[in-house]
Amino acid sequence: MKIAVCISQVPDTATRIKIGSDHKSIDPNGVTYIINPYDEFAIEEALKTKEKIGGDSIVYVISVGDDSVKETLRKALAMGADEAVLLKSSSAKDSIGIAKALAEEIKSLGCELVFCGKQSVDYDSGITGQLIAEMLDYNCVSVVVDFKLEGNKITAEREIEGGREVVETELPAVITAQKGLNEPRYASLKGIMAAKKKIIAEKPAVDSSSFTEILDMHLPPSKQPGRILGTDKSAVPELVRLLREEAKVI
Amino acid sequence: MKKFSGVDYFNIETLYTDEERMIRDTVREFVENEIIPIIEEYNRKSEFPVHLVSKMAELGLFGPTLPSKYGCAELNNVAYGLIMQELERGDSGIRSFASVQSALVMYPIFTFGSEEQKDFWLPKLATGEKIGCFGLTEPDYGSNPGGMITRAEKVEDGYLLNGAKMWITNGTIADVAVVWAKLDGVVRGFLVEKNTKGFTAPEMKGKHSLKASVTSELIFDNVLIPESNLLPKTEGLKNALMCLNQARYGIAWGVVGAMMACYDTALNYAKSRVQFSKPIAAYQLTQEKLVYMLTEITKAQLLNLQLGRLKDKGLLKFTQVSMAKRNNCEKALEIARMSREILGANGILDEYPVMRHSANLESVKTYEGTHEMHTLIIGEDITGFPAFD
Repeated sequence: MKIAVCISQVPDTATRIKIGSDHKSIDPNGVTYIINPYDEFAIEEALKTKEKIGGDSIVYVISVGDDSVKETLRKALAMGADEAVLLKSSSAKDSIGIAKALAEEIKSLGCELVFCGKQSVDYDSGITGQLIAEMLDYNCVSVVVDFKLEGNKITAEREIEGGREVVETELPAVITAQKGLNEPRYASLKGIMAAKKKIIAEKPAVDSSSFTEILDMHLPPSKQPGRILGTDKSAVPELVRLLREEAKVI
Repeated sequence: MKKFSGVDYFNIETLYTDEERMIRDTVREFVENEIIPIIEEYNRKSEFPVHLVSKMAELGLFGPTLPSKYGCAELNNVAYGLIMQELERGDSGIRSFASVQSALVMYPIFTFGSEEQKDFWLPKLATGEKIGCFGLTEPDYGSNPGGMITRAEKVEDGYLLNGAKMWITNGTIADVAVVWAKLDGVVRGFLVEKNTKGFTAPEMKGKHSLKASVTSELIFDNVLIPESNLLPKTEGLKNALMCLNQARYGIAWGVVGAMMACYDTALNYAKSRVQFSKPIAAYQLTQEKLVYMLTEITKAQLLNLQLGRLKDKGLLKFTQVSMAKRNNCEKALEIARMSREILGANGILDEYPVMRHSANLESVKTYEGTHEMHTLIIGEDITGFPAFD
């Protein structure tokens, strides 16, 4: 079986983001990129699925972006994915544009099972997996925390508000991964050396017009410094007054 | 706390290959997730975190430069050095475990062992199924191993081993000991397996240093070693010293990890600790310490990189390893002590890693050739006069 994992590279969560001079993108200087953490769960689940079903299954990792994404793809190969595809695009795409490019590639590779992270932690749209499923007419289970594949049948547990639900569906399908699905493996040293010899195929991403346009990007307002009214109970009346009259929360 | 992102003032990053960087980052992440959160607790109770063995093996940290047919990753020596560096940012004791397994057990079996010994032991040592130790030092013979008392005597079924070794990392938990003993006056290597009659390995207690690592005595009382457990290609003390040279190479890299941990801790602390009206980082005396630390780290990093590149080209001289081991250990210990000074009283708590590193480095400066012995090794090399027998 052919399994696809769609991955995205995102700024390291410890990075302090600066807005670019165009006010529509982030300033890439000094930003280190990592695999989107939810995509790591997707990679792990694809590898576990491959190990379980055995045979001549192939795990492809696919990403849309520029040359800088190669390092992230290489890391996925080091974890154990078999082949990588970089769909090259120099201009920024919105979620639909990215989903379209990924869906086209999944179709041409003939992958029946697709794993994605439930969202990327940079733009947080959280819809790419579902869009791919719609475009390919595949089944889709999102925000998955437990996944089983028996033959053609999928049993997946997903997080819902205040609880969990178990759903059944069948291949072909897109699964979006939530934290808790598994514990992603480290890329082993042997894996890193083996990844050197694996192929990263480069193709142009299909062109598509964006449905949305970024008008402006700005940082959240900086936090106001706190005010200390006092350190003992004599400060309480003033605190209550301010909460009532200034903050208007009580 | 801010995530550790390395110390690299001279953009040395660009001198590593993509694989070397990826390997370092993987081990760094492993150390961040698996070692740093638990190490103070194990250090406090003087216990080796034995559960890390299988995890380190899974990552491929044992014998990583050896051929893939034994299950190893076939890395170059710079990558190996970076592994040691990252492990020691966690703890010198954990790095010591990996050093011993790789450089002092797998290396001699690979280099001096028979095909049968290699095929049997190396894959098991790589997966951590078996743990090894290395017995050279004796209670009365440290810097002068040639004086060793441990003897092997040829008997009908093999060799009879008598004597004792001391300061043996991993000794008590080891399944196999690479033991050096004199056979007809010539130092040879033997594989002594756990539970062999007459062989005991009591743990040495009361250490103030390398507390998260097992240190033992090895006692041999008429231990019968089968013929097949002699390392056939050993032919003198120089073979044991070749092993030490491997281990010293790893130490030169490893201590840079400890330096980075101490510097990073001191820098972050100094920037946030306010005394009088400003952070202590704003005072000239603190800045001088931080600049000294960073400068020494940068020098050690460049020394190591060239050392590794020479080793990969087969051009490395053992005296160069001595220089790197000697310099880097001394500077690491200085940096650890300086970091403790910047942290003031907080520096003595195990809420911070610096006192643990400082205590560990007291051992690291001494083991695998004391500072003094490395001085004399280099001294002899440049003057032609040996200052010791």
